[in-house]
Amino acid sequence: MANEPKTTASDNTGGVYKETLLAGLWRENPVFRLLLGMCPTLAVTAAVKPSLTMGLCVIFVLTCSNIVVSLMRKFLKPHLRILMFTLTIATFVTIADLFVKAFQPRMSEVLGPYIPLIIVNCIIIGRAEACASKNRLGLSIIDALGMGAGFTLTLCVLAGIREILSTGAVFEIQILALQDQGGWFTPWAAMSMPVGAFITLGLLLGLINAVTRRKA
Amino acid sequence: MDTLTTLLLGFISIVIINNLVLTKFLGICPYLGVSGRIDMAFGMGMAVTFVVTLSGTLTWLIDHLILMPYGLEVTRYVCFILVIAGAVQLVEMYVRKFFPKLYDSFGIFLPLITTNCAILGLCLFINLWGIDNLPEAVVLSFGAGIGFTMAICIMAGIRENLNLADVPECLQGAPITLITAGLLTLAFMGFAGMIK
Repeated sequence: MANEPKTTASDNTGGVYKETLLAGLWRENPVFRLLLGMCPTLAVTAAVKPSLTMGLCVIFVLTCSNIVVSLMRKFLKPHLRILMFTLTIATFVTIADLFVKAFQPRMSEVLGPYIPLIIVNCIIIGRAEACASKNRLGLSIIDALGMGAGFTLTLCVLAGIREILSTGAVFEIQILALQDQGGWFTPWAAMSMPVGAFITLGLLLGLINAVTRRKA
Repeated sequence: MDTLTTLLLGFISIVIINNLVLTKFLGICPYLGVSGRIDMAFGMGMAVTFVVTLSGTLTWLIDHLILMPYGLEVTRYVCFILVIAGAVQLVEMYVRKFFPKLYDSFGIFLPLITTNCAILGLCLFINLWGIDNLPEAVVLSFGAGIGFTMAICIMAGIRENLNLADVPECLQGAPITLITAGLLTLAFMGFAGMIK
C-alpha cells in the first residue's frame, strides 16, 4: 500500500466507459501494474477454484462499495472519508462471507480468513478513493467491474501456473500424468507452498516488465 | 507452569513457525513498500507491534464479552475494523503529542497501519484458532507484532545489500523483492514442525 502509485483513470470523466473497463484489465491491472492487493494474490492462488471464488467475491464487494460510495460522495467529510469507506466495505464483505459460507462451505474452509480480509484489500479502498468518490454512478460501476475482472484474471493466471506445476491439474482436472500413476510428471511440491507464490509472481512481474519495455 | 509453557510455545510458534508475513502472506504491502531502509523498517515494525497488541487484545475482549453472549457474531468484521481504526487513531494522537519528531519521520505510514492486513488477519486468526483465554490472546498478538518486525527488518537488511547487486533490468524493483521474499520463506520453512 505504501508504494501505491497515483492512478489516472479517474481523470477522464468524459464517459469513456469502454476505456475504463479495459484499463482495469491490462493498462492499470491492479496486481501487475499497481501492485495492489498482494496479500490475497499470494495467499489464495495455490489452486484455480479458490482463486475464482476469491475473485468473484472481490468483484461483488468492489461493485457494491463503489455504488454506495459514488452515491454518497456529496455527503463525505474529508476526515471521516476513510472510516466511511471501511465501514461500507466491511458490511458488503460480511454479506459475501455469509453467502460463501452458506453455498460453498468447502471453499469457505479453504479460503479461511482471506475472505474477511477483503476489507483491508487495498484495491477496494483504493478504487473508492481514486474513482468512486469523484465520479458518477455509471462510471464507478464500470470501473469496479473492470478492476475486479482484471484482479480475477490475474489471480486465475497465477493460480493456473501454480496448480499445474504443483499437482499436474487445472481446476482439479488432471492434465499431466503423474509419476506415481505411471505418467512422467513429478509434481513440484514447492509450488503449492509460500515459496511458489512469491517466486511465480516475481518472475511473472519480471516477464511483464520485459515484454512492455520492448514494446515501448 | 503448564500455562506458562503453552504461552511460551505459542509465542515462539507465531514469531517463527507461523510468522504472519512469511507463511500467511499478511502485511505484504508494507513488507514490500517500507522495507527499503532498516531504520524505517524497525520503526514501522514497532508501530505495528503496538497496534496489533492493543487491537488483538481489544477485539478478543469485545468478541468474548459482547458479541458472543448476545449472538452478534454477524457484526464481527465491522466491529474489528472499527477497533483497529480507533487504535491507530489513538497511537497517532499519542505519538504526535509526545514524540513529535518520531511522528514527522513516520509521515503517511502511521495511518496506513489501519489497512495493514497483518492486524485484521491476526484478530481473525485468534478467533479462528478458538483461543479462549485472555493471556494467550495477548501473547499471540504481541508475538505477531514481533514476528512482523523481525521479517521486515531481515528484508530491509537484505534489500540494503541488494542495491549493490547487478539485477537484470526487468527484474529490478518489485520482482526481485518478491523473489527474495520467496527465498526467505524457504529458509523459514525449515522451522515448520518444530513445535506441534
